[in-house]
Amino acid sequence: MDYSTDLLNALVLITNYVLIPSISYGSQLALGAVGVTLVFGILRFANFAHGEMMAFGTMATIFITWWFQSMGVSMGVFPTALLALPFAILITTLLAVVIDRSIFSFYRTRKSPPVTFVVASVGVMFMLNGLVRILIGTDEIIFRDGQKFLIKAGAFKKMTGLSEGLALKQTQVLTFVLAVIAVMALFWFLQRTRTGKAMRAFSDNEDLALLSGINPERVVLVTWVIAASLATLAGVLYGLDKSFKPMVYFHLLLPIFAAAIVGGIGQPLGAILGGYVVAFSEITATYAFKKFIKYISHGDFAPEGLTQFLTTEYKFAVSFLILVLVLLVRPTGLLRGKVL
Amino acid sequence: MTNSKRATISFSIMALMLMIVGFGQSWNVALTIINLCLISAVMSMGLNMQWGYAGLFNAGVMASTAIGGLTAVLISYSPVTKAWSVGGTSLTATLISLLVTIIAGVLVWKKMPKGSKRSWSMTAVVLTGYGFMRFFYEQATSAIEAVDPAKTGFLGGLGLPILFSWLAGGVAAAGLAWLIGRIALGLRSDYFAIATLGISEIMISILKNEDWLSRGVKNVTGLERPVPYEVDLQQTEWFINMVHWIYGTAEDGSPASAAALREAMQLSAGVVVKLCYSALFIVVVLIILGLATRALNSPWGRMMRAIRDNETAASAMGKDIISRHRQVFIIGSAVIGISGAMLTTLDGQFTPGSYIPLRFTFLIWVMVIIGGSGNNLGAIIGAFITWFVWIEAEPASIWLVSNLDIFLAETSPLRLHLQEVAPHMRMILMGLILVLVLRFSPKGILPEKAPDHY
Repeated sequence: MDYSTDLLNALVLITNYVLIPSISYGSQLALGAVGVTLVFGILRFANFAHGEMMAFGTMATIFITWWFQSMGVSMGVFPTALLALPFAILITTLLAVVIDRSIFSFYRTRKSPPVTFVVASVGVMFMLNGLVRILIGTDEIIFRDGQKFLIKAGAFKKMTGLSEGLALKQTQVLTFVLAVIAVMALFWFLQRTRTGKAMRAFSDNEDLALLSGINPERVVLVTWVIAASLATLAGVLYGLDKSFKPMVYFHLLLPIFAAAIVGGIGQPLGAILGGYVVAFSEITATYAFKKFIKYISHGDFAPEGLTQFLTTEYKFAVSFLILVLVLLVRPTGLLRGKVL
Repeated sequence: MTNSKRATISFSIMALMLMIVGFGQSWNVALTIINLCLISAVMSMGLNMQWGYAGLFNAGVMASTAIGGLTAVLISYSPVTKAWSVGGTSLTATLISLLVTIIAGVLVWKKMPKGSKRSWSMTAVVLTGYGFMRFFYEQATSAIEAVDPAKTGFLGGLGLPILFSWLAGGVAAAGLAWLIGRIALGLRSDYFAIATLGISEIMISILKNEDWLSRGVKNVTGLERPVPYEVDLQQTEWFINMVHWIYGTAEDGSPASAAALREAMQLSAGVVVKLCYSALFIVVVLIILGLATRALNSPWGRMMRAIRDNETAASAMGKDIISRHRQVFIIGSAVIGISGAMLTTLDGQFTPGSYIPLRFTFLIWVMVIIGGSGNNLGAIIGAFITWFVWIEAEPASIWLVSNLDIFLAETSPLRLHLQEVAPHMRMILMGLILVLVLRFSPKGILPEKAPDHY
């Protein structure tokens, strides 16, 4: 075998195990982080219940998916969950608005300090956590259907004659495409529409926005609608890609917060950037480079260990280390400047 | 209503509820709840110092609890000499390479002029150091973890009395808090919350994965007890006499049967052991309550409240906000660390997998908020109420479901599902209580009292 084949193998290896997973995981984190960042920019508090909101949205999707499946409705090669998604978004949005009206709006009218909102969001977190577990239980649920792979590892090997396979799951492509569409729609909305501009103005300077006749309740309402929709989308994509487990969604909160802060909290673009930074670092730092080094050195040098920076269990530590580093070195996040 | 009246009433209601459990379910259950209430009281007093006195949003309570628990293991477990002899040298080498790396790094940072040359040297130092550390570390851990993995596979502890670990747990938690404070204090409140939440998660993943230190998810069981064992108690003369004295005669006046006596013996042994724990815990709670109240009423406490209420004004008066925050963060974490060691002592085992933020961080938050932030007695009553609801919500909701006879048949799937998920009712209940208290009585059950001399 010549060296160029080895290099190609190394490239395929990295694409398969680092690049593709990072892009899909990063898109999921980015969607979650945009929601966190929007709530932070408009309502000015860190919403600890965001992970549970994602879990709730996913749960709603699963129930509707099951209902569709029982009626024999499907989307052929695409997962049925995509058909259920709009309805689930509607339900989650309704829930978010009800929560805002019954819990958060009271503190808004009294102009309570942000920390009160955070404590209230912890209360919401408890309630949603219990609600999701009561409705669907704590077990792992796989609700993916339709075609699983776009490219199978075996077929790829046969096609190219390389010894490394490349597998591309349909959910990974779906995740990326849907995330791009959602983000583009969001930016079009924020930049071009009246309501979007009102939101940006409100986030930039609340008093000035109020003086120019912007209705704060409407801005807040739209914020929750967007945050809940993105949370549902992120949750469903994560669930399709891996599986649904309420516990895991609670733990997603940390990388999502990290992504939002790393990118510069209050900045949707930063949140997206942060999502990919966090995902890429998590996966790179926990990937075992043993095989990669073997290929790149043309088999001359094979490390004894796995050549992993950190074991997979320390994934959290990576997102957190980035978070701390950014907070210490550049507290405003990667993108600074105006909010929203 | 004055505060002392409120306190008397709320503590009496709490006592009544516990008595109902005692007579209704069993005294063993009631005492189990009381013991955990007392431990929770220590936790919430610690958090109350951070949040109630100083307004620090610490979302990493779990880190202090866990390191307290680890300390209990490291103090009381007898040392595994074989593990030390096979892994001790490489472990020391790991430590030395860590120290050398840190010293070299600091030297490079301080001595070299700023620029790309310094950055590159720094990277080289860190990478070389990391390489050495990794090398020795892998040698050490694989050697240690290979020593009788079914029973030990870790370094063990010092073999000291476990009661000593309560103090040591506090010191360890204080050390960790100093480190966390170096990183996170000075950030604005919600960033601080997220940073501490992150550190506590990392702490738990370290405990779960570093088998050589904590045995990881294999758990450490059979920790030494500061109180007598039930089995030994049943052989002791005074205990046998006591049981005979209480249960010696049946209701009709004739001597009780041997079987009844044996049952009474087992029950009482459990109760006596739990009472011993309660006595120990009450001593700790009273000491900490006394010290905390004194601190709160001292000039130091007034300064803390001043910083909490208006940082700008306090710093204009010459108070160093960050170092005061660090101080109160360390003290509060030390108290929480003590409670972590107490919890591990009571359980007799250390299970890293059982540490989850909902139970060990956010539940403590509920305790402090509903009890009344800034009030130490409030923190205690909050801990009692919250833990009581947390435990009793499950039997209560199961009882509710089983009384749905009128609406649901015995075998209806909805009913079966409800029975299965009844434990999660407590989550909803906790959230509801927190939100309601925050809205309708934001100062809690026992509000912070404004000092008279204002």
